[in-house]
Amino acid sequence: MEQKKLAIIATKGTLDWAYPPFILASTAAALGYEVEIFFTFYGLNLVKKDVDSLKVSPLGNPGMPMKMPFGPEWFKKINWNIPNAIQAIVPGFESLATVLMKQTIKNEGVASIEELRMLSQEAEVKFIVCQMTVDLFGFEHSEFIDGLEYAGAAKFFEFAGEADITLFI
Amino acid sequence: MNFDKELDAKGLNCPLPILRTKKALGELAAGQVLKVIATDPGSVKDMAAFAKQTGNELLSSAEAGGEYQFFMKKK
Repeated sequence: MEQKKLAIIATKGTLDWAYPPFILASTAAALGYEVEIFFTFYGLNLVKKDVDSLKVSPLGNPGMPMKMPFGPEWFKKINWNIPNAIQAIVPGFESLATVLMKQTIKNEGVASIEELRMLSQEAEVKFIVCQMTVDLFGFEHSEFIDGLEYAGAAKFFEFAGEADITLFI
Repeated sequence: MNFDKELDAKGLNCPLPILRTKKALGELAAGQVLKVIATDPGSVKDMAAFAKQTGNELLSSAEAGGEYQFFMKKK
């Protein structure tokens, strides 16, 4: 049987949305798929050397629970329903939410983005980076990790055209 | 059940138990058996799906006291 192929376009640059591309890519690779991820627009943040600065924002994101990752069980279960207007004017609210989410990630035994990214690369997942958006955002190649290929949309289709599954994330 | 290698995946969440299983199987020879212990409830369906898609045989899958125990034979 020919090897199955998974093509992913990663377009989001927040801590929460950094997970799906790397979880799916590393798992597919473990299942024997050949995998390519095309990083473009805000997805470029996922291949920066520094992924510790990825943030998550509860602002304008009503689907995100705000729960405390510490304290007694009854306290951890409370969903803090903080209005957008307050989130928007409190300085550092996003940073606080990010700290809380990172602690929850640790508590739950969920891998860090850096680890999942490394596991993906070890499993020979190919990372293609959109050169146009690198230029558009004024990034330098030195800001990104090693092992990347810089190319354009045509390069994505070379692989995606043959892929069994293609995901836009 | 006899096994050749044991993998402790306790406390790890999706997709780590599967990724570690894949890696551990890579260190075994064909026909050898890997024992995996996990605490992620999602790993029950995931290990079965992994076995089905990779051709490695899931010999047994059991739960006891919040821990899941799997025996997988390498293809």
